[in-house]
Amino acid sequence: MQEQERNKRYNAYVEAKIAKTHAWPSLFNSFWVGGLICTFGQLCNDLILLWFPSVSTQSAWAYTLIILIFLASFLTGLGVFDKIGAFAGAGTIVPITGFSNSITSPAVEFKNEGIIFGMCAKMFIIAGPVIVSGTVASMIVGLIYLFV
Amino acid sequence: MERKRGNQTVFFNNKPKIIGHYSIVGPKEGKGNLRNYFSEIEEKDDFFGQETYEKAERVMIERALDGAIKSANAKYSDVHLFMAGDLLNQIISSSYAARSFDIPYVGVFGACSTMVESLALSACLVDGGHFDTIACATSSHFSTAERQFRFPLELGNQRPPTSQWTVTGSGADIVSIKGNGPIITCATFGKVTDYGIGDVNNMGAAMAPAAMNTLIAHFKDTNTTPKDYDLILSGDLGKLGSEILIDLMEEQGYKLGLNYKDCGQIIYKRNQNVLMGGSGCACSATVFNSIIMKKLLTGELKKVLFMATGALLSTTSSQQGDTVPGIAHAVVIEGVKK
Amino acid sequence: MNEWYVYLIVFATGGLVCFLGQVLIIKTKMTSARILVTFVVLGVVLEAVGIFQPISDFCKAGINVPIIGFGASLARGAINAVKSTGILGIFTGGLTATAGGIAAAIFFAFIFGIIFKARTKKL
Repeated sequence: MQEQERNKRYNAYVEAKIAKTHAWPSLFNSFWVGGLICTFGQLCNDLILLWFPSVSTQSAWAYTLIILIFLASFLTGLGVFDKIGAFAGAGTIVPITGFSNSITSPAVEFKNEGIIFGMCAKMFIIAGPVIVSGTVASMIVGLIYLFV
Repeated sequence: MERKRGNQTVFFNNKPKIIGHYSIVGPKEGKGNLRNYFSEIEEKDDFFGQETYEKAERVMIERALDGAIKSANAKYSDVHLFMAGDLLNQIISSSYAARSFDIPYVGVFGACSTMVESLALSACLVDGGHFDTIACATSSHFSTAERQFRFPLELGNQRPPTSQWTVTGSGADIVSIKGNGPIITCATFGKVTDYGIGDVNNMGAAMAPAAMNTLIAHFKDTNTTPKDYDLILSGDLGKLGSEILIDLMEEQGYKLGLNYKDCGQIIYKRNQNVLMGGSGCACSATVFNSIIMKKLLTGELKKVLFMATGALLSTTSSQQGDTVPGIAHAVVIEGVKK
Repeated sequence: MNEWYVYLIVFATGGLVCFLGQVLIIKTKMTSARILVTFVVLGVVLEAVGIFQPISDFCKAGINVPIIGFGASLARGAINAVKSTGILGIFTGGLTATAGGIAAAIFFAFIFGIIFKARTKKL
């Protein structure tokens, strides 16, 4: 009981002690980098529709996402993406580029432990929860729509 | 003089000495404040010519031990025991490095407190007359620690503001009853202390209470005060952790003055983007085996209280939501009198 | 003139979504995996209650490039498949709609994983 009291006091003290870093630079960076990535996506989409008029709007989006995924994956392999990520924070995590990076980075990382149990197995240590939660949530939505 | 006083402090009457020392660091540390003090700096390749970072860490330990033995003007056959530890699961760096030596091996684990832990244990065994000469070593590597404890290296995330940078490097000491060098006079073994910090990115705050407990036990057991030491050196509390330690000690009636320093804050320059400072086994090991040993040997420092702190967590314990327990061990090292 | 206006909206709204993500990171100390999970589920919910489409019509890439769009595709796929094929749609809908993105991410990760080697962060 006394210990809990002490730990609570200590945690509160540490929380207060942590120097308040200025959040604005990182918020600003995440804003403009994230905005830029989305704008680039829009540009890709518009160009695809312009150059290949036969492509449907939906397919154009799919192509756009694949292009972004490819670029993020490539930059991750080159070792550039982590630097952009350290600068932009959520600006690169929240767009689909973050999803791509979260799969490529462990793939590159755990190659040393073998292709099967290293690379292929560890690919989803971060993206796995994303795919699982998204799929389960979408199935619940589907189930609801079945009865509505 | 008695061999033990209080519950935690042991005294060495037969003067175990540090007769050889060596430090090896990676490129980033080489650009830091202690550039001119390290025994060896790998300027470019933090793979140390190896395939993987884990193998690179072993090579660092091997080179550190080799260098320490040479600096003691000894041969491998003069060393009777090799005591080492590191941060990786099952302390593979140390054990695999020991594989290449024909010396009996003892593996120790105290997380980032390993350097002091092995120095204290070596001093006990040497002082007790069981061994003449013992080599102790420890290592850490930014990339191996990062991939074991945190995220893949290429993941584009931001480091939380309270996090520290694991030092890439290794340090080794030769402790012997024979020869000349700074004398280890006493050691205080710490208790595992947990004040309920759950944030694995705030090691300084998790370890500071352990450091306080060990320091207080040491001052009480030895009847000394912070003023009796030329230098009180903590391992890798970092900026936040050492500020907390100063506060905690003041609460207990001890004032840590200008003679208190933290290895994590010394090793890197401010513009090196390390946030709260350095951490890892090698943080205290390389700082001690470079600038501090040099100053002890020249007589600039006469009495040093060297305390290293460790966070005894694993990825499993933190994923299960457990808090981070800390440990701290301390040794007193007295310089060569001139 | 109208074209540039669209890009401005995309930039502003996309930036805003990422800005909110950064606020979450700072306020809750969330790791990137949790951020991604939160935004995907958010996308699923937005689509399910039917307000994703109007937002998407206005923001375009500003909401579709963020992982929210990925969540919305999952949900939209499931809803459409349920309407056309019934119970089976619950199982096939979501992943079918997002198969391109997931397969691309896995494929490129595999290729670049084989080609490249991880390096220490140089900050």
